[in-house]
Amino acid sequence: MHDGVKQVLTPQAIAHQHVVFEDGLTLDSGVTLPRLVVAYRTYGTLNAARGNAILVCHALTGDQYVAERHPLTGKPGWWEMLVGPGKPVDTERYFVISANVLGGCMGSSGPRSPRDDDETQLWGTDFPAVTIRDMVRAQARLITHLGIARLFAVIGGSMGGMQVLEWAATYPEQVFAAIPIATAAYHSAQNIAFNEVGRQAIFADPDWEGGRYWQSGRVPARGLAVARMVAHITYLSEQALTRKFGRRLRAGASVLGPYSDVFEVESYLQYQGSSFVRRFDANAYLVITRAMDYFDLAADHGGDLAQAFAGTKTRFCLVSFSSDWLFPTSESRAIVRALNRAAANVSFVEIETDKGHDAFLLDEPDFHRTLRGFLDGCAQHAGLS
Amino acid sequence: MTTAEPLAPVRLLAKNLRVDLELIAGMIAPETRVLDIGCGEGALIAHLFHTKACDARGIEIDMKLVTQAVAHGLPVMQGDADSDLAHYPDGAFDYVVLSRTLQAVGRPREVLRQMLRIGARAVVSFPNFGHWLVRWQLLARGRMPMTPTWDRMWYETPNIHPCTIRDFFDLCHGEGYAVERWLAADDAGRRAPWRRAPWLANLFGEQAVFLLRARR
Repeated sequence: MHDGVKQVLTPQAIAHQHVVFEDGLTLDSGVTLPRLVVAYRTYGTLNAARGNAILVCHALTGDQYVAERHPLTGKPGWWEMLVGPGKPVDTERYFVISANVLGGCMGSSGPRSPRDDDETQLWGTDFPAVTIRDMVRAQARLITHLGIARLFAVIGGSMGGMQVLEWAATYPEQVFAAIPIATAAYHSAQNIAFNEVGRQAIFADPDWEGGRYWQSGRVPARGLAVARMVAHITYLSEQALTRKFGRRLRAGASVLGPYSDVFEVESYLQYQGSSFVRRFDANAYLVITRAMDYFDLAADHGGDLAQAFAGTKTRFCLVSFSSDWLFPTSESRAIVRALNRAAANVSFVEIETDKGHDAFLLDEPDFHRTLRGFLDGCAQHAGLS
Repeated sequence: MTTAEPLAPVRLLAKNLRVDLELIAGMIAPETRVLDIGCGEGALIAHLFHTKACDARGIEIDMKLVTQAVAHGLPVMQGDADSDLAHYPDGAFDYVVLSRTLQAVGRPREVLRQMLRIGARAVVSFPNFGHWLVRWQLLARGRMPMTPTWDRMWYETPNIHPCTIRDFFDLCHGEGYAVERWLAADDAGRRAPWRRAPWLANLFGEQAVFLLRARR
């Protein structure tokens, strides 16, 4: 990492497709955002009955660019493997919507947006705390704006899966099918702990400047990169790291050099960290990780997760991955059991893989077959041709 | 036991539908809520959905089969009959089906109790350990039977709780379950004509299907 890394293309420089809700949004914290901006992308065509819409919810560091080249990084969309013409989430059949989460940095209202009371200033650390439910409420405004009364499906992995669960609990009549992937109904102490290490790394970077770094034009690149490095380890598995890097040394590295990069896995992590800071905002990282930490769906329903889904007609499909230790299968199974208690219609599959939490973003044929088949079955039940 | 039924030849409607599934499907009323425990790839729930408009769901312990079922659009979850039924509310289903699985669960009596707690009726099929060939092999050879139905060595069989048709009648009696219908069949699914004599069915039936209801 280098001092004074500038985000060459700042997210602000890109005109993201968006909708503005001038009546704002009241958050779980009690604070009202005077103006709500939701940046989004759509793929495919909404049918005449407006019944083929699928909302894809992104994870912590994802965004709305699900199935197209990313305007900042130039890389393919993060779920292009799954979403597109003829793909499991077939855009020739379904109308796919994805929105940047509230608190994010790709065009939706967040710490990087101009303040409502002074357009020359950014929100920065004055941006209010948001919850997963706030994110979902913002998405619901978008869905209504698009003229959609009921979503055919809501799909998401990791934090996106939290949003799926929240959608099913908060707007049960508006969700025909829910697919929470590699997720949990609450953020565990271990997961909060990892997030806290990331946040402390950002706070400790002098370039963070108490959250007002945007005034100096610098970004807390080292802090944000370390946050990303820690998080990235949690997305992989021990087997995956061993398979990719083992104990291999960098070319020309000396085993006894304590102050330089020695192992390949180190360079890999540093690359992950430095490429991340070019596209992500540190304050947004703080806001969104907090939203995940606050998430506890059962606590919002009298301590009983089954209550969150009482009487639900939604068809659920839960997917977990065997080597995911960030959101392990036991968390998905706990959700399945709560759904059983609510007599909900639930499918549940654990995919065998050594790729860890990241597997939901990777080429996992069994997962893709599962998703395609589940959507096909639901389409039959929903009367979609 | 209730009214005797006319004996109809079994028709194999779906090519891949295991024969006892056809017999089970015949005991399930249309447009009902059904849970199939040990559903495999979901042949029965697919059949019940397509031919009887049932809201049919499944539980299967083998993840490969679960993945196949869900990939075919069927609502199936990975789970275990011994541990996962306890999570369902009372009366969630009209029928709870356990086909050729009772002999393989850890606690068959508890599984039956859970089935008749979460469902109004239970449909249970199992291979009959009282079949004459099983008896003959044990008597004549003094070794664990190996038949087309009981085809795994004793040390690797998943069938840890085999029972006979008469054993099952006794269990239902002891547990207070009403046997609304029952039948014995050979492995090809032909119904065996021994309805009025359980001891004959127990001798010649390779498998049995029971429709149970908890006595209120």
